[in-house]
Amino acid sequence: MTKNFKIEVDCANCANLVENAIQKLDGIDNAVISFMTQKMKITFAEGANVETVMDQVLKTARKIEPDFAIL
Amino acid sequence: MKKKQRIMLIRIVATALLIGAMLLLPLEGWGKLLFYLAVYLLIGYDILWKAIRGIINRRPFDENFLMAVASLGAFALAIYSGSGDYMEAVAVMLFYQVGEFFQSYAVGKSRKNISELMDIRPDYANIESEGDIVQVDPDEVAVGQTIVVRPGEKVPIDGIVVEGHTSLNTAALTGESLPREVSEGDEIVSGSINMTGLIKIRTTKEFGESTVSKILELMEESSTHKSKSEDFIARFARIYTPVVCLAAVVLALVPPLFRMLLLEAAPMWSTWIYRALTFLVISCPCALVISIPLSFFAGIGGASRKGILIKGANMVETLSKVKHVVFDKTGTLTLCVFEVNAIHDHNDCDNNDSDDRARLIELAAMVESASSHPISKSLQQAYGKPIDHTRVSDIQELSGHGVMAMVDGHRVAVGNEKLMSKQGIPSCHCHTPGTIIHIAIDDHYAGHIVMGDVEKPHARKAIEQLKQVGVCRTAMLTGDTQAVAERVASNLGIDEVYAQLLPADKVERIEYLLDKKQAGEMLAFVGDGINDAPVLSRADLGIAMGSMGSDAAIEAADVVLMDDDPTKIALAIRQARRCMRIVWQNIILTLTVKFACLLLGALGIANMWLAIFADVGIMIIAVLNAMRALHIAKE
Repeated sequence: MTKNFKIEVDCANCANLVENAIQKLDGIDNAVISFMTQKMKITFAEGANVETVMDQVLKTARKIEPDFAIL
Repeated sequence: MKKKQRIMLIRIVATALLIGAMLLLPLEGWGKLLFYLAVYLLIGYDILWKAIRGIINRRPFDENFLMAVASLGAFALAIYSGSGDYMEAVAVMLFYQVGEFFQSYAVGKSRKNISELMDIRPDYANIESEGDIVQVDPDEVAVGQTIVVRPGEKVPIDGIVVEGHTSLNTAALTGESLPREVSEGDEIVSGSINMTGLIKIRTTKEFGESTVSKILELMEESSTHKSKSEDFIARFARIYTPVVCLAAVVLALVPPLFRMLLLEAAPMWSTWIYRALTFLVISCPCALVISIPLSFFAGIGGASRKGILIKGANMVETLSKVKHVVFDKTGTLTLCVFEVNAIHDHNDCDNNDSDDRARLIELAAMVESASSHPISKSLQQAYGKPIDHTRVSDIQELSGHGVMAMVDGHRVAVGNEKLMSKQGIPSCHCHTPGTIIHIAIDDHYAGHIVMGDVEKPHARKAIEQLKQVGVCRTAMLTGDTQAVAERVASNLGIDEVYAQLLPADKVERIEYLLDKKQAGEMLAFVGDGINDAPVLSRADLGIAMGSMGSDAAIEAADVVLMDDDPTKIALAIRQARRCMRIVWQNIILTLTVKFACLLLGALGIANMWLAIFADVGIMIIAVLNAMRALHIAKE
């Protein structure tokens, strides 16, 4: 399952680092962050609980970039 | 400007003013240190805070931490050496913030520019309800419902005009500035703007399936397909920062220890630590990381303004390497209509009797009047008069053969050679390339009409332009006969022709051509997406053409040309190449400056001032250069 999220991220390098970090999370097949359009596209692994995975995503992202937000 | 940006701007201006004031104030000693510390905190408190959070989260190598270490280190050195030169630390922070501010402003600006270019999203649809016009969410409009579009409004959903006539501005979709005249019965696509008159439209699609939704979806998706260069930069950025930091540590420790232990000279700790701190200032890969995606984003945005939709940055890369272009014939190089090229008698000679010619056309048009085949429509157009349906009766269509009907009491058969032989009428085999329509009246052969393709007005120019941009091979695939295909190809200047292909043969042919090309060269297939979707996806790059409303094409292709103009292919290639040039300029320029600064810093030639100036300066140059991609390449 693939979902698109609108996000807020202020720096391009952080966006890359966040992308790299959340790709490694459990329950995520693939994640792409576009700094230019401020979008995040996540492909969840089969059977993953979207809510718990997204909690993890936000937590991981905030560790790298405190201002990261999912709108 | 966002609130965050406004606050930043105020902090930058305040810091600059305070530094100016400081130069006039006769403060010395502790007073001076406290004053500078206050200014430093004003400009850099968020960086320091983020640096602390980075340490807590065990992410030491982020740019905030490095800037914090560099500037605090400079402070410490100034205190230690007693020079009182605190300005450097404040300046590093100030210029770093100026760079960040500029970057966020420029990116925000270009984001807005580009989304305005693509601002085709309709906010509402008007429906009539009990005599009133009510605005509703376009999502709520059902297929087949009638909507009202007033002048100045966007057409929200694809449909057919049922009432009124107007001119439509389709510039946002096609880049074509001439308005399109439409009236009752015309199909129109969403996203165009109604300019002059009120029209009523019966919708043929849901909002989610309409052209405008498809395009918006495509544009939003495009940024998530990253190019090889973007991936390269992201990977590079991940190792660049740690490596520079490591180098800084080595620079701070090794030379002094070397001097102390081996040369037995003074270690000069402060000199080498200062040089190491200079390294940290250059350790941020921002200029690269920001300018590469920005170049692609601007390049794709600029192309879309000309009606060229590119599905992702990776496709810009492929497009820039296209050396082979393969075309489908009908709908791509030729129009989906035919014209009468010749009218022959039963001896295959030109029929010069104008009355007889007109009579043959009239009969053919009458008999074919009920058919919707492109040939029938073209015959009716050639006839040019409204058809008197009372004169035609007993219409009988034989699929794959032709049509028979009674016209003015005569039995008329109109069709191909197969129809003639089926009816037992001896017909003559025509040697002129084209689609041949044989006509028999009361079982007597009356002659035939030669129908030919109508080449698109710019098709020849399009091929010429492709040659100019360095495409080494052009080829054409078609289901038509060899003779027709060869004539079109030689008219247009196409190198190779593959005729009489079934849709499945086309895929095979593309695979053969893909095998034949050299590594590193890309092959593009251009089709109208109607029955060549498998070919579009098989080629390195699928270009769908004249696809207004054809969602199959939008899905299968990598590049969608919103209008029928084949010259857009060369334009797209030029734009992609220009975009790639800008990307490489930015990569090379940024890396050269960074490495030069590192070298000069290590040698002690560049101080922190120069380092931060170079770092911010190069980022500004790279961002401005990236923005150039927004403007489409000129011929």
